[in-house]
Amino acid sequence: MNFSFGRLIAVLRKELREYRRSPFIVGTMAVLPLVFLVEPLVIIFRIGPSVGANAVDRAVGSTFLLLLVAPALLPAVIASYSVVGEREQGTLEPLLTTPLRREELLLGKALGVVVPAVGIAYVLFAVIQICARLFARNAAVVSALGQGPHILAEILFAPLLAGWSIWVGIGISARASDVRVAQQLGTLSSIPPLAVVALVSFNVFTPSVTLAVVFALVLLVADVILFRIVSALFDRERLITGARAQRPSSGGGHVPPPGAVRHIPRIGGSDERRDS
Amino acid sequence: MVEATSRGREGPIDSPALKVERLTKRFGDRTAFQEVSFTVAPGEVFGFLGPNGAGKTTTVRTLGTLIAPTSGSASVAGIPLTSDNGPEIRQRISIMPENPGLYQRLTVIENLQLIAGLYGQRNPCPRINAALEAVNLTARGRDLCGSLSKGLRQRVALARALLNDPAVMFLDEPTSGLDPVAAREVHDLIIGLRQRGVTVFLTTHRLEEAERLCDRVAILNTTLRLVGRPDELRESLFSRSLLVETLAPLAAPGDVFNSTKGVESWQTEGESSYVLSVADPRTIAPHVIRALVAAGADVVSITESRHTLEDVYLQLIDEDPEVSRR
Repeated sequence: MNFSFGRLIAVLRKELREYRRSPFIVGTMAVLPLVFLVEPLVIIFRIGPSVGANAVDRAVGSTFLLLLVAPALLPAVIASYSVVGEREQGTLEPLLTTPLRREELLLGKALGVVVPAVGIAYVLFAVIQICARLFARNAAVVSALGQGPHILAEILFAPLLAGWSIWVGIGISARASDVRVAQQLGTLSSIPPLAVVALVSFNVFTPSVTLAVVFALVLLVADVILFRIVSALFDRERLITGARAQRPSSGGGHVPPPGAVRHIPRIGGSDERRDS
Repeated sequence: MVEATSRGREGPIDSPALKVERLTKRFGDRTAFQEVSFTVAPGEVFGFLGPNGAGKTTTVRTLGTLIAPTSGSASVAGIPLTSDNGPEIRQRISIMPENPGLYQRLTVIENLQLIAGLYGQRNPCPRINAALEAVNLTARGRDLCGSLSKGLRQRVALARALLNDPAVMFLDEPTSGLDPVAAREVHDLIIGLRQRGVTVFLTTHRLEEAERLCDRVAILNTTLRLVGRPDELRESLFSRSLLVETLAPLAAPGDVFNSTKGVESWQTEGESSYVLSVADPRTIAPHVIRALVAAGADVVSITESRHTLEDVYLQLIDEDPEVSRR
């Protein structure tokens, strides 16, 4: 039985329906981006017309860093809930009793997180661009924000950073036994790729199309490798029983001989026969 | 009722629905079940009994390809139980776990749509409607599962198990926590499944349920202790007997019963009651009555002593050292 996009879509649809029905999840996903929106806008609006090029570069770098923090951080908590959460609410076993393959389940879950996370990241980016063009006092800021490499970096990095966070989060979720631990570890795991973004944003590396593409390719490869690792980590047996499959040991425990049929005395049996 | 037309019912003809040979599952040093062998015919309702921790659920999970056996072999719905065959086996079976495991924030229909999608059904509406109708839940289809009572959730889980029209249906404690009316509805549904030729593998603690529904039962306590029809099990463990009650204790019961044709043995039970072990209660009872009357006894009653499956179960389990170790 081969990989089925139909089953993947069924998982994705379920994920999106659950978000829609959960005000808490939707609320936290909506509130956090506001922070990432306000901060860059404040930075951009504070730059006056006479501010130098270095200050503009730093401001634009900070803005992009904050914009890329959103797709990296937003999915981490949700992704790290994805498997252990199903397990805790008792819905994982019924899912695994169907023909669903682990790759279909994992990709469905990942898409369920990446779609809203990247969508929010792109909306934030669009709002920043519009606000900068309408209200920024420094023309150089508007120009820098609209540069091709920056736009390309945003388009490429948002899903790839989200992918990193999602796969690490799902991997942690597949191995964790507690939702809280999984979510804390998931949040921490989204930090490493942001360090790379920070280096670019603060011009430690000069942003260019080539650099953006190279980093994007590195992240893409990392995402694919992570997907493979997470698939391997997804141990159906461990998730259902809490124990890994093991080879038979010589111990054996307290077990009567296999196939033993014990003699069970009949009630009213021969002991009392023709006596008393 | 759901029509028996989906791919779930297709499979090798004339092969057993379940064939299990020396199947063993260990978790490290702990043995869940060992050297279990049995066969279940297509269309049979097979009861799987045993105390808590006996390995019933682990057996279901193993046969349902959720966990891998440590050793032994099995075929499920005619397909060899291997990790490669997992998705194909799961396409032909359904498992209803003890915990319904429904998405509380989704409606009943949305829960069923998910599972129908996972079984690859492109137009699931007719099948979902039929499954809901089978469990009398048509009117609650748009309710959130979180708002349903435990009994209703159990019925949703049953509807979910019906969606792929399985060749083999594993029901793990399907009436656990249900009130008598809801349990009766589940029983009726299982009877309906048997009439349609669905093989049902039923684990239960309710012995009267197993006796009422199952063609055969197996008693598991890490190893398989007994397999057979409930009446076979009764006969294998208990001699058939007559219960005699007289108005006053017999002066010399040995003289009466030892000389009566067909009475194999006897024992006193209470002050003026006697249990006679006999081969055929209906044939021997008149001889016993004549002997009692001849001895001047006032006979109050003489009845065939009937042992239930519960007697069989308790007889097996109570004497089992495994139980006391748990």
